[in-house]
Amino acid sequence: MTTGKTYKLDGKSIPFEDGDTIMDAALRAGAYIPHLCHNPEFTPHGSCRVCIVNVNGRYLSACTQPAVDNMQIDNSSEEIMSQRRALLQMLFVEGNHVCPGCEKSGACQLQAVAYYTNMLSPHFTHFFPQRSVDASHADTAIDYNRCILCELCVRASRDVDHKNVFAINGRGIDSHLVVNSATGKLGDSTFSVHDKAAHVCPVGAIMPKHGAYEKPIGERLYDRQPINIVGDVAAHEQDEEV
Amino acid sequence: MSENKQAAKIRVATASLCGCFGCHMSLLDIDERILELVEKVEFDRSPITDIKTVGQCDVGIIEGGVANAENVEVLREFRQNCRILVAFGACAVNGGIPAMRNSFTVKQCLEESYVDGIGVDNPMIPCDPEIPMLLNKVHPIHEVVKVDYFLPGCPPSGDTIWTFLMELIEGKPISFPYQQIHYD
Repeated sequence: MTTGKTYKLDGKSIPFEDGDTIMDAALRAGAYIPHLCHNPEFTPHGSCRVCIVNVNGRYLSACTQPAVDNMQIDNSSEEIMSQRRALLQMLFVEGNHVCPGCEKSGACQLQAVAYYTNMLSPHFTHFFPQRSVDASHADTAIDYNRCILCELCVRASRDVDHKNVFAINGRGIDSHLVVNSATGKLGDSTFSVHDKAAHVCPVGAIMPKHGAYEKPIGERLYDRQPINIVGDVAAHEQDEEV
Repeated sequence: MSENKQAAKIRVATASLCGCFGCHMSLLDIDERILELVEKVEFDRSPITDIKTVGQCDVGIIEGGVANAENVEVLREFRQNCRILVAFGACAVNGGIPAMRNSFTVKQCLEESYVDGIGVDNPMIPCDPEIPMLLNKVHPIHEVVKVDYFLPGCPPSGDTIWTFLMELIEGKPISFPYQQIHYD
């Protein structure tokens, strides 16, 4: 069903259907709007703000904003890119993202979106927060240093696995991921490596054990081509599972 | 004639602070292009020349983060003497692997290395006055001085370094092909 309605993304006409967000229609049309907390399989969350666009002079998140006929949307001006870069830089300095020591490196969406926006430095002062690693589960480890609070694991565990293993606790800068078990440890929760929640993390926070560094440098997901061509990490996780 | 050529050369200084020298090794990965490079640049203080003090330079290239008192001193000297200062590699850009010690206190780190570590003989924390004092945390260099350019990578590849130096020398805007920028 087509409604004949379109909006303009950087001057290009994108058709949409009633109820679509800007992101829904762009994804369907193969147009890339950078994003981290969005995954088309889940309810939009609008928390990372990386999908910020300028719609008729207003800044909005593309993943939560309903598309309207004849919207004029700026998705790639240097001004929009620099705002996204600043958001990414804040994500990098708030956590401990040590790319050279991370097994997700090269196939990490945070990294790939940062490459896409030409982020060369963290710019801000690093927080170097004290965070832990939870390796209590037999098949999956959580490195809280790398969590960006996108809540994709929270949504997957709640909406698909119906287990509610994950939640975000605290407020503001104290927000952090927690695990629903008596000890707070993943190994004592009902989490399984076959859960949807085990395969949606865009960064290296929720990582499968027993299989790190299988792909050599040069052959990893984002080594050769940028994310606007390659697509999201989660889309490729499913390929690998099959 | 040769003096004029010498005068026209760009003066470059390099130093490794809290790094592993991998970025300097990667500089050597420009291979035979180093012959073209030395036609265009004159090296001042650098592990390549073994000159120990930095003079007035056009470009200062810093590998490694800031982890001890000597690193702070060298970095400030570079900033005072170099017109353009470059953070070269992951450790200079964001602290890198050495900054993983920031999860622990200096006391914990020293005790693990020199007192409680596996295979330690004659346990004793080194206290020779010639050894620079460690800072409480490892910092990226932009947290200590103003930095003009950032080259991420662990290490940045020889090609990345070459692209950067050639564009800088020729006065072009700095930009890289996609595959030349990575954080690891």
